[in-house]
Amino acid sequence: MLSYDIVVIGGGPAGLAAAIEAKKNGVNNILVIERDRELGGILQQCIHNGFGLHIFKEELTGPEYAERFIKELCEMGIEFKLDTMVLDITKDKIVTAINTVDGLINIQAKAIILAMGCRERTRGALSIAGTRPVGIYNAGLAQRLINMEGYMVGKKVIILGSGDIGLIMARRLVLEGAEVIGVLARGSYAAGLGRNVVQCLEDYNIPLMLRHNIVKINGKDRVESVVVVKTDENKNPIPGTEEIYECDTVLLSVGLIPENELSANLGIRLDRNTGGPIVNESMETNTEGIFACGNVLHVHDVVDYVTQESQRAGRAAARYVKNEFVTNSEYIKTKPGNGVKYIVPQIVQIDNLKGPIEFFMRVRDVYNDSRIIVKLDDIKIRELKRQHMIPSEMERLVIDSRLLKEGSIMTVEICSGGEL
Amino acid sequence: MYDVVIIGAGITGGFIARELSRYGLNVIILEKDNDIANGTTKANSAIVHAGYDAKPHSMKAKLNVEGNKMFDYICEELDVPFKRIGSHVIAFSNEEMVIINELYEKGIINKVPGLRIIDKVELLQKEPNINENVLGALYAPTAGIVGPWELAIALMENAMENGVELMLNSEVINIDKLESGYKVYTKDNEIKTRYIVNCAGVHADEIHNMVAAPKFTITPRRGQYFLLDKKAGNIVNTVVFQCPTKISKGVVVLPTVHGNLLVGPDAEDIEDKRNTETSDERLNYVKSASMRTSNKIPFNKVITSFAGSRASSDTGDFIIKEAEDAKGFIDVAGIESPGLSASPAIGKYVVELIKEIHGNLKENSKFNSTRKRIIHFMELSEEEKHEIIKRDPRYGRIICRCENITEGEIVDAIHRNAGARTVDGVKRRVRPGSGRCQGGFCQPRVIEILARELNKDITEIVKDGLNSNIAIGKTK
Repeated sequence: MLSYDIVVIGGGPAGLAAAIEAKKNGVNNILVIERDRELGGILQQCIHNGFGLHIFKEELTGPEYAERFIKELCEMGIEFKLDTMVLDITKDKIVTAINTVDGLINIQAKAIILAMGCRERTRGALSIAGTRPVGIYNAGLAQRLINMEGYMVGKKVIILGSGDIGLIMARRLVLEGAEVIGVLARGSYAAGLGRNVVQCLEDYNIPLMLRHNIVKINGKDRVESVVVVKTDENKNPIPGTEEIYECDTVLLSVGLIPENELSANLGIRLDRNTGGPIVNESMETNTEGIFACGNVLHVHDVVDYVTQESQRAGRAAARYVKNEFVTNSEYIKTKPGNGVKYIVPQIVQIDNLKGPIEFFMRVRDVYNDSRIIVKLDDIKIRELKRQHMIPSEMERLVIDSRLLKEGSIMTVEICSGGEL
Repeated sequence: MYDVVIIGAGITGGFIARELSRYGLNVIILEKDNDIANGTTKANSAIVHAGYDAKPHSMKAKLNVEGNKMFDYICEELDVPFKRIGSHVIAFSNEEMVIINELYEKGIINKVPGLRIIDKVELLQKEPNINENVLGALYAPTAGIVGPWELAIALMENAMENGVELMLNSEVINIDKLESGYKVYTKDNEIKTRYIVNCAGVHADEIHNMVAAPKFTITPRRGQYFLLDKKAGNIVNTVVFQCPTKISKGVVVLPTVHGNLLVGPDAEDIEDKRNTETSDERLNYVKSASMRTSNKIPFNKVITSFAGSRASSDTGDFIIKEAEDAKGFIDVAGIESPGLSASPAIGKYVVELIKEIHGNLKENSKFNSTRKRIIHFMELSEEEKHEIIKRDPRYGRIICRCENITEGEIVDAIHRNAGARTVDGVKRRVRPGSGRCQGGFCQPRVIEILARELNKDITEIVKDGLNSNIAIGKTK
């Protein structure tokens, strides 16, 4: 059996940052396991720019952003295995993986960092009626085919869902000569970042059709048309508003789901709201010594935040390996209150806090001129004004750890109205 | 000159082909689609019925009970997944208990073994997720579940191994009567044969009418289904039916042989035989109807929904006989439910019919009754996994993340008899794309492997039909 201090599952932005940070914190014996043919994860197919604004203060493409970390990883001599699939992880931190060179391998780790990313929701999950012809692609799949394999997927495209990959692919398809009829969102706002709505749709005159949905797909061998309806406030179809749009391709950008099959199998507790593990301030799951970061933990909209969060996981894993980790300390649970969809981390061990602690959270709705109110056991400890908050843009909340010293539940809620 | 042309490579065509390959005959099977098992066989409830439902003394009753008994050894010979998990028909009212009693009586006449009417307590012990207001059930221990297209594919592999020819994309467009025998026309070929077996599913009436006076019509009866993630596979342990109505056995909830949960179908007579589209209205009906069985079905774990069509004949029974006015032309028509369950017996029965017409048949001395399935890497022991990767490193590369399918398995599926030529064909043989991500990760890799193994360009690889190319050209 192989043996490593830290095994990182996944060589995307989260896994790379976590491994590098762990090494910087004094752990030498690290292995990164990646199932694809190269490191970098989904960033490799994101050839558009806009990565790295927060961390590097410049606009990089996905592969450029990944390259900086891959280079650093290699320079630091961190080991990695490509084309290697993890089949199983046990509570005792034995990782079983396979590849074509080593065959089946068992690896004993002292700490494990889960960084498996996420996958796309599919047509099946939406149960869109109609036929099942070719021409229905998840946006990320189309992105891989076009950007990495070099093949076009269609000529006349309608995009369902306004997630970031959908918005970016709308522009990409136009640049490749396709006609994009429009991007449909069931609700009254786009699910992707505001900057992507501007840069990918408005700049290219691609209609954003808010409160629309596809209810049927027609076509025998290939998609021939779709039936589109208008939706009401509850996102339900309004009868009588059906319109047929001719197209040969439907792209779906209808949400991402953290890939937690391995985690769930080993008994890691998941948060219903994030789809990812419940973690503490150190990104540690309920299984001691197993950490999680990146999109496997909760779906991020900006990779820079993935990097920062993963560095936190890498540092903590290093401390764990070096026995500097505090466990069984007093802890506070975080609780999403009114208007908040989720908060990560969900648990804060007070003795592990030094200085300010950062929470990632998402709101449930669009809020203008509002306040984020943080309470500890019903006592307000912090209040922040925000001009504009939307569900598609993650909020960061920094709290001085001294404020959290005594208490059991930290609630975050949103109040409309800017007046204090 | 062929001895037998079989029209349609579904489950019945497959069984007949394989039965015929026991004899020294020249047999060819013509399939209109780009792959075998692509019609009714592809989309049904995958149930091997016990046989209490069919009208006593009908062909359906006889062949169902007979066919059911054959599944164990046939699935063993062909290495196909089959589980005899039993079935329950559940009743929620006294009126439904009456129907259950009637089914029991019919089952006794049909000679279905082991039937029992059980009470609520016993039922809920076996099926704790069924709604509390259930009164009782008819239990049939001999009912089972099978992989229908896996079985059809296995049959075709085995039939081809024993000499049967397969011609895909060969829709029969006309048939001429010859002095002795027939000439069958497809778009590209003319095939002379002594006998024809018509297993054309929903199109069997059209094929019949090419050589004989119209005797029956086939109405496609569409049924819609939900397939749920393996996490939902243990909602029920047996096949759970509701009380049947006049046209349908009702919405069923059952595990599949792969551990998923299948919910459906509804029943709807339609006009267009090729129409297998789903509709919101009917899917919603299936959902609400199934909630009557169990309100614990997690519909948020739906992987996909689909529709199939049963070939329902106006005679109400299977039509398996030589056409009166077309010697040597045998109809195998109206094979709706319990067609899958009866199919092994149908194969035997059709061969008997051919023997009657032809006289005794010469045995095929080289007939091999066994076939090995594609190695399922994940089912191997750790030792075997080591061994196989050492022998063929392609088994060390996982292509499908949801179902953990290796490149070795996909390559094997392509290079077999009746091998996969399409992305859906690979999916039906070894399952990449049938998991929760529905091909989101593995599809580009599967396309690549197909192109490499078939020596084709990526842009030539199709999803299913001949014109379903996935990549339409290179990027700029």
